[in-house]
Amino acid sequence: MTEEIATREAYGKALVELGQRMEKIVVLDADLSNSTRTVLFAEKFPLRFFNMGISEADMMGTAAGLAASGFIPFVSTFGVFATGRAYDQVRNSIAYTKLNVKIVATHTGITVGEDGASHQALEDIALMRVLPNMTVVVPADGRQTYQAVEAIARCSGPVYLRLGRPKVPVVIPEGLPFELGKAQLLKDGKDLAFIATGITVKPALEAAKLLESEKISAAVVNMHTIKPLDKELLLEMAQKTGTLVTVEEHSVIGGLGSAVAELVSENFPVPVIRVGINDTFGESGTPEALLKKYGLTAENLILAGKAALQKKKEI
Amino acid sequence: MDLFKSNSKGDENLPAISTAAIEELRQKARKLRRDVITMIYKAASGHPGGALSVLDILVVLYYMVMKIDPANYQDPDRDRLILSKGHACPALYAVLADRGFFPAGFLESLRKIGSPLQGHPDMCKTPGVEMSTGSLGQGLSVANGMALAARLENSRRRIYVILGDGEIQEGQVWEAAMSAAHYRLDNLTAFLDYNGLQIDGWIRDVKSPEPLVEKWRAFGWNVLEVDGHDYTSLLEAIERAHAQKGAPTMIIAHTVKGKGISFMENQIDWHGRAPNKDEYARALKELEK
Repeated sequence: MTEEIATREAYGKALVELGQRMEKIVVLDADLSNSTRTVLFAEKFPLRFFNMGISEADMMGTAAGLAASGFIPFVSTFGVFATGRAYDQVRNSIAYTKLNVKIVATHTGITVGEDGASHQALEDIALMRVLPNMTVVVPADGRQTYQAVEAIARCSGPVYLRLGRPKVPVVIPEGLPFELGKAQLLKDGKDLAFIATGITVKPALEAAKLLESEKISAAVVNMHTIKPLDKELLLEMAQKTGTLVTVEEHSVIGGLGSAVAELVSENFPVPVIRVGINDTFGESGTPEALLKKYGLTAENLILAGKAALQKKKEI
Repeated sequence: MDLFKSNSKGDENLPAISTAAIEELRQKARKLRRDVITMIYKAASGHPGGALSVLDILVVLYYMVMKIDPANYQDPDRDRLILSKGHACPALYAVLADRGFFPAGFLESLRKIGSPLQGHPDMCKTPGVEMSTGSLGQGLSVANGMALAARLENSRRRIYVILGDGEIQEGQVWEAAMSAAHYRLDNLTAFLDYNGLQIDGWIRDVKSPEPLVEKWRAFGWNVLEVDGHDYTSLLEAIERAHAQKGAPTMIIAHTVKGKGISFMENQIDWHGRAPNKDEYARALKELEK
């Protein structure tokens, strides 16, 4: 998988392949199977696919019942509906019960684009992260999505996998192994570290490269698993660089930035600059225009990196 | 008890029930009601009204109908019951203890710190509890998932779920009602514990669910109505549910909240409070009759 591909498309393809190897995998969707790409699984395994209609709460409960009976349900819809609409069902029927349900949400973040704020999940990581027993995974590209889908199918317990709508370039080197809970140091550095997740790994890598020309050495960590957090690597980077810049296509409240700040404030306090959506809803626009407006670009990350260096000096 | 053996053969048709067996069940139910009220008295909190209204449905299912083996309670082919109205769990706990899923001594620990018997059912803590419930409206969806799983595995196991009448004010119930009919889940039997009362008063005053029979029928269900305290009627209805092909069955069980303890019957005050010492003694006395 080397071409530019949407993470949702990679998910659809991975499901088909896994479906052949793991007969306990079943898939549920809430009338969005074309968009979430579970349609690929539905075409191949119609008896193991259940379209639940526009009933997300019911879908989560049904998945819980299938999981309680030994199946491995993958449940898909858009991120806003998977986490917000069906929150109590995810909480009580899936997380509390530790059932083996894989919630794979697509169309998360502002890159949903033209559909606007009602459809842009900017708080889903926060909502899922606070639930005990829940694993939260945000792959950086199609290649990593493919790996992540297999990894979550093989682990036991509830998982939230966060995917997006648009095509995204491949940023993960071929052959780089994927392990849940184990972050990836994609570029080393000594002055600051970008801690990025999902599609923001790419601008973080670009920013780090551009900073080099200004003699600033920035590391880039791909935090593909937000829960459980890779504490070891994070603290190592905090100690080594003295300041962290978190980057996420999500609210700066409750997501990756909060998770990182929680960790370092208790264990090795260093300045943390959080880049993300600043406590506001999104809006309509092209993904590119929105990423620019809300500061998820290499240019803005360069500014954030310099602000982090300034904070470090002030201490 | 001979009548317990009747459910181990895998027959579709339930055996005819004798008058003696009915009397035996009644005595069993009186004992279980004593357990329920003792549990709640010792916990000093809980929901006696709904536990007492649902108890006879549980007695019929767990002593006459369900294929279960407490010694092998995780057998994949066991029948399953979800108590969607989770607050009535003292009734379920009393039944599970009596059937040997866990020691009767657990009952005294209800709602206390460290107890395997939580205030609302927890499948991770209590043997025999098939699904954690408590947040209303979620059990039917889960039961649907279990029914789909049974079908995928070509298993003849059956799924039972009990809903509260107030509970069906939750929208998810109707999403699930549509799903069960759409997927033709004839291995699923639901019960509505229609005791007519919810926390804030009579259901018909708070928000009426009527016309109930027509509603469930319009959603594509086979609908039966019974006296939820009459064992023969309940058994007949369950048998008809088992015989139904291509649609799930809803058994609307007309019940009395607080059933069996005169001063609790039809009294909203007893939805969610424990008896004091004097009330507990009076309740026990009535149940010894």
